[in-house]
Amino acid sequence: MKNPYLPELATITKIIEETPNIKSFQVVFNDHEKMKTFKFEPGQVGQLSVFGVGESTFVINSPPTRMEYLQFSVMKVGEVTTALHELHEGDQIGVRAPLGNWFPYEEMKGKNILFIGGGIGLAPLRTLILFMLDNRKDYEDITIIYGARTPPDLCYKDDLKEWESRPDVNLILTVDNEYPGWDKRTGFVPTVLNEVAPKPDNTIAITCGPPIMIKFVLQNLVKLNFKDDQIITTLEKRMKCGIGICGRCNIGSKYVCKDGPVFSLAQLKDLPPDL
Amino acid sequence: MTELGFLKKENLVEFLKELATKSVVYVPVADDDVVAFKLFQENSTICLDRPANIPPKTVIFPQYETLLTFTFSKKEEQPDKIDVKIQEKMDFKDTVIFAARPCDAKGFTVYDRVYKDSDIPDPYYVGRREKTVIIGFSCPNVSPGCFCTAVGSTPSDKEGSDILMTEVSGGFVLEPVTEKGKAVIQSKFIEDGSKYLEEAQKKQEDVKNKVKNPFKKAGKPQISQEKFNDDSFWELALSKCLSCGACTFLCPTCYCFNITDENKIWEAERLRSWDACMFPHFTLEASGHNPRPTKFHRFKNRVGHKFLYYPEKYNGVLACCGCGRCIRYCPVSVDISKVVDELSDTNSENKTLTSNGGEA
Repeated sequence: MKNPYLPELATITKIIEETPNIKSFQVVFNDHEKMKTFKFEPGQVGQLSVFGVGESTFVINSPPTRMEYLQFSVMKVGEVTTALHELHEGDQIGVRAPLGNWFPYEEMKGKNILFIGGGIGLAPLRTLILFMLDNRKDYEDITIIYGARTPPDLCYKDDLKEWESRPDVNLILTVDNEYPGWDKRTGFVPTVLNEVAPKPDNTIAITCGPPIMIKFVLQNLVKLNFKDDQIITTLEKRMKCGIGICGRCNIGSKYVCKDGPVFSLAQLKDLPPDL
Repeated sequence: MTELGFLKKENLVEFLKELATKSVVYVPVADDDVVAFKLFQENSTICLDRPANIPPKTVIFPQYETLLTFTFSKKEEQPDKIDVKIQEKMDFKDTVIFAARPCDAKGFTVYDRVYKDSDIPDPYYVGRREKTVIIGFSCPNVSPGCFCTAVGSTPSDKEGSDILMTEVSGGFVLEPVTEKGKAVIQSKFIEDGSKYLEEAQKKQEDVKNKVKNPFKKAGKPQISQEKFNDDSFWELALSKCLSCGACTFLCPTCYCFNITDENKIWEAERLRSWDACMFPHFTLEASGHNPRPTKFHRFKNRVGHKFLYYPEKYNGVLACCGCGRCIRYCPVSVDISKVVDELSDTNSENKTLTSNGGEA
């Protein structure tokens, strides 16, 4: 019987400082065979172990179409994330992955895709964005609305630069307030969504960000006439086991770690409002 | 499997001693006011006349256990690199739980669906579960707060037990339920028990009829979604709750846990320990956000899990065995059976309960 609690040993090959409190970690399994055969879907998550400190859940934010490494982005907020931030390239961590469900990218083929992200909430969207850009012909218009508190708080600055320059991506950036040198939009993401007012026709909207942002983005999408099954979000919860047992990430009968993290608004409406 | 055995009362200790030569044997032991399952010793004060305060879930799902150990090492030529070796800690012994009340034995079947029969089984639980024989004990009497018959069970329910033991005059009738149970009564202390069958059945029936049903209507409680989602209901029902979590720790079906690391410089352990959905920290996220911020949200989740969410996943089976501990030992007398009764939909017909707590 496979032990679902047993992490795979991995080495950090690169650390990227995304923002003052977010770092991305590129990791490879120590077992090269495992690295070659490892399969996952965009949107799935993994548990990272700092041995002797603990485990925490992060989305794999590099796409399955680019398998040189697995990338995880970590905001320094708690015990495990602080310990992760203290690690260096070459250090050993544990990885339990893949866990959970994924974005229904097959059903999204032939559709316009609207990504709405806030802060580190761009991480799971990044996986799908890169996956779709690697399969660009399968999807129609790709629009990305992304915001953070200040310009230095925007994640994946290299990706943003590339997406901005691509004719087949419509990138809309915003920060909460005016900032020296910032000449793009200001305002919260839900407000900018209203200003941009994307059309719901043949479109799937995918959103991730802080719970309060998700709440208002969902409301505004409904006001923009998006139907519940056209709206997809990916949730975060405190998780421990990652296999739907330990009991803390449930919303009603669904476990975010196993039945999620990806849910449509239609699915969420059937569950208690414990976001 | 109807080959009944009979164990004379005066042979009980000898029988247990015999079991203890092959297995680790846990028995309900009275220590002052508290009855708990402890390792059998010849002088153990075995208590059969009242249910244990703490259910025997501790035997298969210990309060804390080591899942993994990590050993760290360094090589002289690479002073900046620390290597890690991971070891699984799995060492499970043949075990017997003696005289588990039927509600407690049934509690393990609630665990089984989640920990054993799932698509991702838990090897620590399965390891212990498969090596454990459960000798159930038909309740000889009813305790305050017991309501097993209202949730589809009986004080002589066989589900979860490998053998069901019923006290009769002069001893115990032993009815094997599984092959595992059958093997255990192959003992020189066990005689043919067929002539005691009638007495055992009468005893079981008598006790069953004494269990009170706290619900106004018979059948499986149908929770009204409207009442369940009404915050003011929970605020009223739960105003006195202390969030102490006693109800969860004493519950034979509560199975939530935490995983934490203990670091000892050159080695570390990954531990699993019981946790409780009644604690504020259980769902508190590092950002400060808490999806279940108040005791009302948390109790609603607990009741929801036992009477709605678990049944939704497992063919209507309730995750409550009616042992009554959460009612007996709640320091401020929150009564889950009353809460469920008040939540019940008075307009709809109750469905018939099946013996496994599911619906017909």
